[in-house]
Amino acid sequence: MTEAVAARPTLALPGLRVSRSGIVCALYILFLMLPIYWLVNMSFKTNEEILSSFTLWPRQPTLRNYAVIFTDPSWYMGYVNSIIYVVMNTAISITVALPAAYAFSRYRFLGDKHLFFWLLTNRMAPPAVFALPFFQLYSSIGLFDTHIAIALAHCLFNVPLAVWILEGFMRGVPREIDETAFIDGYSWPRFFVRIFMPLIASGIGVAAFFCFMFSWVELLLSRTLASTEAKSIAATMTRTVSASGLDWGVLAAAGVLTIIPGALVIYFVRNYIAKGFALGRV
Amino acid sequence: MNDKPVNHRAWFMVLPVVALVAFSAALPLMTVVNYSVQDTFGNNQFFWAGADWFEKTLTDPRIHNAFLRQILFSSIILAIEVPLGVFIALNMPKKGVWASACLILMALPLLIPWNVVGTIWQIFGRVDIGLLGRTLAGLGIDYNYTQNPIDAWVTIIVMDVWHWTSLVALLAYAGLRSIPDAYYQAAKIDQASRWAVFRYIELPKMKGVLLIAILLRFMDSFMIYTEPFVVTGGGPGNSTTLLSIDLVKMALGQFDLGPAAAFSIIYFLVILLLSWVFYTVMTAEDAKESKR
Repeated sequence: MTEAVAARPTLALPGLRVSRSGIVCALYILFLMLPIYWLVNMSFKTNEEILSSFTLWPRQPTLRNYAVIFTDPSWYMGYVNSIIYVVMNTAISITVALPAAYAFSRYRFLGDKHLFFWLLTNRMAPPAVFALPFFQLYSSIGLFDTHIAIALAHCLFNVPLAVWILEGFMRGVPREIDETAFIDGYSWPRFFVRIFMPLIASGIGVAAFFCFMFSWVELLLSRTLASTEAKSIAATMTRTVSASGLDWGVLAAAGVLTIIPGALVIYFVRNYIAKGFALGRV
Repeated sequence: MNDKPVNHRAWFMVLPVVALVAFSAALPLMTVVNYSVQDTFGNNQFFWAGADWFEKTLTDPRIHNAFLRQILFSSIILAIEVPLGVFIALNMPKKGVWASACLILMALPLLIPWNVVGTIWQIFGRVDIGLLGRTLAGLGIDYNYTQNPIDAWVTIIVMDVWHWTSLVALLAYAGLRSIPDAYYQAAKIDQASRWAVFRYIELPKMKGVLLIAILLRFMDSFMIYTEPFVVTGGGPGNSTTLLSIDLVKMALGQFDLGPAAAFSIIYFLVILLLSWVFYTVMTAEDAKESKR
């Protein structure tokens, strides 16, 4: 490919040679960054500045918006609640998905293909279809407005996701390893925890990351299943919009804060992002 | 794939998953089926309604329109995101610091919570406080996504392109990287044009990942809810009310259990069909992979 790139026409600017690919990439990234820049920019402005003037960077930079979020329980509890159910959901999903993914990657059994397909349909199922029945189900068993209810509801799409991703990683591990370990006298649980899990550590990391991500970004189910006690940050943000206090600065600051977990780990998962979204199949 | 040993005891390993997913998927779906064939006068008294709700749903112009809007939305975003994604992937640097930097910056929108994507574009597009809205107004373009249906459509489509084109690009990029250098050298010896290289080397090698990308984007756009809900709330009027938004309005807003349940089931069947296509493509790709 390097040859092909070199053969392409280059724009010769004085003192600077820029290839056409570079320009395409730069323009695209500019397009991606502009809206994010505007959000960050706004989060450091006062509301007077947002509403009365049009400035490309904050003239009177302020941390007031962030201060509001960190001091007002109705805001910061949103983050706490979200983190609680997201962590619960990730732990549940990975725990149950690990042995199942191993079974799918190593054995054939009665109905395995149907089961694998059924899992996929749940990953693809629209949350809108499940919102009402979930609301009734969890209300009737007294779990409405609890963290565990949202964590369990998110298992709908995260368990299948984890199974598919982990299976994709596990099939890359040669079966000879399992067989050698069993000959050496390892029991299955000991083999799985001591030998197999370290081998697919990156796969577990990727699966956990995507479970975290998809549970973190989900709005509809978390909003339907909680009113006050377990209200997520996503629901808090949308209700602020509709309640029309329209504190744009605080809203922008809340948005910036929700981006941070993804932005922090993005460097470590950069090579796995396509794989994770494609359910471990790239 | 086929040389795996048969072991029915593997069922014990998948049992927890089956139990959990049955609880969180099969059980709620049964309630939906239940409601879809009954009617109520309130007070929890239900009586058999047969296929009435399904007939009503299938002939309801409101649902027809939501369905058409959904198809239109999904087609437009696919028509933009797939070619654009491939084009970007072809222009991405292959190695070095710039490749990493590109990957990270491009992946950023994918990891932003969906409601925040909505918030970002809501702020960005507003005529009074947004960069985009203000700039367009400054250029003399009459743009207001809260009042003009066309502007609302343009906004949610650009938003989806912003949000998801990177996924297509990253998948296509993964496909491109699997092409051995020898192919390009052979093409160079044959003095193949850039187009020929793309048509006969790159495109066939990307076919698998592109199929996955198209199906993923189609299905995810088919159940999109959060982003347009935050930006337009389905409006102005009903102009951006896509399937999920309409269903939530019906089920949780108006609590029309019967019609909402019938609608849910039809919606779910469409998804089931699409999932089956996706699954067939995936397994065919796997089979090809293991033959190599």
